[in-house]
Amino acid sequence: MYKIFRITNIAYNIENSFSFVFQSIGMDTLQENPLEQLQQIKSMMEKSSRFVSLSGWGGISAGLCALVGAYLAYGKMSKISSGSIYDNSFPNREALLLELIAIGIGVFIAAFLLSLLFTYIQSKKQARPIWDSTSRRLLFNTLLPILVGGIFILKLIEFNCVEFIASGCLLFYGLGLVNGSKYTLGEIRYLGYSQIILGIVSLFFLHQGLLFWTLGFGIMHIVYGIAMWKKYGY
Amino acid sequence: MNPIEKLNKIFDHRIRLGIMSALMVNEDVNFNFLKQLLDVTDGNLASHMKPLEENKYVKVSKSFIGKKTNTTYAITKLGEKAFREHLTALEEMIKGL
Repeated sequence: MYKIFRITNIAYNIENSFSFVFQSIGMDTLQENPLEQLQQIKSMMEKSSRFVSLSGWGGISAGLCALVGAYLAYGKMSKISSGSIYDNSFPNREALLLELIAIGIGVFIAAFLLSLLFTYIQSKKQARPIWDSTSRRLLFNTLLPILVGGIFILKLIEFNCVEFIASGCLLFYGLGLVNGSKYTLGEIRYLGYSQIILGIVSLFFLHQGLLFWTLGFGIMHIVYGIAMWKKYGY
Repeated sequence: MNPIEKLNKIFDHRIRLGIMSALMVNEDVNFNFLKQLLDVTDGNLASHMKPLEENKYVKVSKSFIGKKTNTTYAITKLGEKAFREHLTALEEMIKGL
């Protein structure tokens, strides 16, 4: 497999310099034009194994959902006159935790549906199917670490390790993105790396969970969305 | 030997080359996905699939999803070998330029 990619890369690197030569000596049948063949091979290998309809707008909308969620959560948390959610003896802690979890789940569902909508619009524009082997593979590989993380975080909550929720969300989500990035365009990999880095840094500031969560899920998504939009125009 | 002669004649068509490329990087691929990928009609895809099947480069399996047939294709060891040799010949042609 490596060899094929090496060859197709060679084709890619020299296609510009050589296509002129091929045209000028009249080698335009498929049989005699190795570069055209290699380009076809490369393009079909990529198209058949990657889902390319992710939209920058999906990233931006997910980021905005996260900002709204963070604002609501901040409102709930700042109502506390004394003590902190990290304090085990804090009164009504469980009720507040449940509210925060509800906000988190709401943000996840809203962000997921909005990105799905933009992906759907984009796939229509590109006249490509939204549900095929490439999108199935992308979804499975992205969701696997996220679902595992979800279970892990539920256990953290059960054992009152509230400090680790934000870090856990960022770390597992980042791993999901990096894992899924092999099945779509490359940029989402960097979003994944940035979430992982934020997740690790937040381990050293355990009582600033909401701040890091907002940076990762809010700001980073919007930065990613704008970068995608600038590069691909959607 | 002239590298052009080492090229596999069966792969001397965009659609057949496309089918083989998609099968090289996917465990199996179904008929409709290939149709969309290559932007061809049912008949066109079927007629290009025929020589690949006849030469045992591709194996076909049919199953049912509800009442609809789902035809999937996978590359055989022989097909993989033939495709790699074709690529090597292409590489030699490029080196010889």
